[in-house]
Amino acid sequence: MPNLPRKKVGLIACSGEELPEGTVTRRAVRKVLETLRPDDTVTLCLPLFLAGGEGERAFARHYPTIAVDGCDKRCAALATEKYSAKPAASIVVTQAAKESGCRAIGTARHLNGSGLRLADAVAEKIVGETDRLLKRKPSDAGRAAGREKR
Amino acid sequence: MSGTRRKISVVPCSGIGKSLGAAAREAAYVLAEDLRPDKTKIVALSLLVQGDEDARREVAGGEAVAIDGCKLECAAKGLACSGASIVHKVAVFDVVRRHRGLKPEGVCDLNEDGLRLARATADQAAKIVDDVDAEDGRA
Repeated sequence: MPNLPRKKVGLIACSGEELPEGTVTRRAVRKVLETLRPDDTVTLCLPLFLAGGEGERAFARHYPTIAVDGCDKRCAALATEKYSAKPAASIVVTQAAKESGCRAIGTARHLNGSGLRLADAVAEKIVGETDRLLKRKPSDAGRAAGREKR
Repeated sequence: MSGTRRKISVVPCSGIGKSLGAAAREAAYVLAEDLRPDKTKIVALSLLVQGDEDARREVAGGEAVAIDGCKLECAAKGLACSGASIVHKVAVFDVVRRHRGLKPEGVCDLNEDGLRLARATADQAAKIVDDVDAEDGRA
């Protein structure tokens, strides 16, 4: 078995360049990776599944992943399952937008304030799924949040 | 020439781990929104990876431009697997070699050097688009 990091969750953003929701997936995943759960997550590059990224495929076979998709086509979830293994969790931005009553979020190139807030909300959803998958205790999650504030 | 012209598909890298991937994506936006909006259209790489029929139909049989951030060339490979007749490769890692002074940083938000790199990459891609257009007798 390859030498893989332990106790990490792989985040796979669709990153769809045509739609603002794709930009939301990218921004949300980066926020989780950089500030909210930097010790618990890694990002996996979706196109690398197709391009033959064995590291990506191996990680997704052996560790839990969260697919973050911009729309109902769910490219990240379906491609991950096709090339590696079914994601442990799946988040769709258009559904999250409906839940939060969010409508116009800007363009794929430039999210507006509403789009940035939606990205934050999606990031929180990713954190919730990450904590669930790693069976984190509330106190652990609190320490992680403390790290973000610092 | 009359009638609807098929736009040239532009597929940027979808990488979210490095600044060069972000520059590739920004270059695609510069090309398709600012420089050649009438001749180009962005197609999401994730759709091609997943095998979306509409996206594959968009690129199949036509010439396309792949803008890649790294040597793995995921965008070019995605286009080749999706039936594009000719894949014109634009590599940000080559462009940055020709602009040694640029220090691109950021992924969600590129710094000024990253935006300059994206513009230089888009300029290179625009020349390719013009050449393809001219060869098709559509210029």
